[in-house]
Amino acid sequence: MSFVKGLKCRECGAPYPVEPVAICEECFGPLEVDYDYAAIKTQLTREEIASRPKTMWRYRELLPLDGDPAVGLQTGCTPLVRAERLAKALGVGELYIKNDAVQHPTLSFKDRVVAVALSKAREFKFEAVGCASTGNLANSVAANAAAAGFPAYILIPDNLEKSKVLGTQIFGANVVPVQGNYDDVNRLCSEIAGRHRIGFVNVNLRPFYGEGSKTFGYEIAEQLGWQAPDAVVVPMAGGSLITKIYKAFGELAKLGLIEETQTRFYGAQATGCNPIAAAVKAGTRDIRPVKPNTIAKSLAIGNPADGYFATGVITNTGGWSEDVSDAEIIDAIKLLAETEGIFTETAGGTTLAVTKKLIAQGRLTAKDRIVIAITGNGLKTQEALTLEELQSIEPKLSAFESAVGISRAAKAAA
Amino acid sequence: MPQTVIIPTPLRKFTGDTELVEVQGATVGEIFSQLEARYPGIQARLCEESGELRRFINVYVDGEDIRFLDRLQTPVGAQAEISIVPAIAGGCA
Repeated sequence: MSFVKGLKCRECGAPYPVEPVAICEECFGPLEVDYDYAAIKTQLTREEIASRPKTMWRYRELLPLDGDPAVGLQTGCTPLVRAERLAKALGVGELYIKNDAVQHPTLSFKDRVVAVALSKAREFKFEAVGCASTGNLANSVAANAAAAGFPAYILIPDNLEKSKVLGTQIFGANVVPVQGNYDDVNRLCSEIAGRHRIGFVNVNLRPFYGEGSKTFGYEIAEQLGWQAPDAVVVPMAGGSLITKIYKAFGELAKLGLIEETQTRFYGAQATGCNPIAAAVKAGTRDIRPVKPNTIAKSLAIGNPADGYFATGVITNTGGWSEDVSDAEIIDAIKLLAETEGIFTETAGGTTLAVTKKLIAQGRLTAKDRIVIAITGNGLKTQEALTLEELQSIEPKLSAFESAVGISRAAKAAA
Repeated sequence: MPQTVIIPTPLRKFTGDTELVEVQGATVGEIFSQLEARYPGIQARLCEESGELRRFINVYVDGEDIRFLDRLQTPVGAQAEISIVPAIAGGCA
């Protein structure tokens, strides 16, 4: 059933057996899953995929499980929305929103990675799971762990949005706020994983977890009629998602399911936490860590683990990376809501604001077929927004008409 | 005046589980050579065969990342603290 050959160091190529390990003992490079693509190619066709249920598991040969998935069975296959009103507002042509703000069950793309990581945790016979999180991952691990019957240990920075904390606690997880930022939380998780047998999805299960993100890319290609777009714009925190979408298109091409791709990859960050964008702009792949200060808390990772690989994907595909201010992020959240009826969180605002900037710079044009990755839901980061104060009216027709500025004459004319 | 090197857990098998090692050298490179003389094999974990620092190893001199200083030629003052930190996997989006 499984097409996994083993794990392999992404840096030095050293092979490892399939175990809950994430880092190469020789060179400290990250480990990744190595598949038998020749064998997959004999089995996986467009028709076969089309015949399967509309979940991320329709691409299961390209996911690192030995048996059937145990967690997140309904996750995946979110809408790819043709955004005509937004395209017009931005002055571009064919524009799409890949909308993981409506992902099942916790409204962010993290449900994809957690579905794989917790299914793998069960295969490894872990009895408890956990994560270091900026919020969305916490929500997803807590919810999926509850549904699968795992106790969960969720470590978060102690300055997160209240709604993200509540959306984790509700599932009965052990939530532990840590005094410090994400990078401090992450370091602590590594130490805990060294001492206790807990499957930390983004620490010791990381090679498997990351693979779930590829389904975001497979779906984009399938929904575009088995074609990769000309450009994708992707938010970057640790920098993993952009590399996994790149890997997804590459795998589909290798399997003959799409043509060789020319997709340009664009990475979006907030100016208050822009280590990857800064490296791209400086023409280097060395990431200088920063202390995050932005309303886009789900992107506030100052020392991005996959920054080196993200800069590689961006520069090798002819893409670029930009960063935007908190005010630009909020304007973009409103623009997406008002043009397309999609309420995204601050990370989505960051991605759209960067898209605007790339269009202004001429890097994205009306000739491009563009996909914007919207990875999280605005209901979770309402604290970032302040809208106009509303005034109540008397329950009278005339009061309504004067409040909204329409007159009786308008109706009479119609 | 000796300097102190903080050895991370995965490399302590070379140092007999010692966390803090006292050394004396003018640059990070010199300090690495001293570590190698005392704990054979450790340098290959820190540096490529070409001598360059491995990509997933971060070295800090008094809290400053040597990639943004002078890499292995970074001068090390008396009583400096040198931390060796594997770039641990982490990150979200």
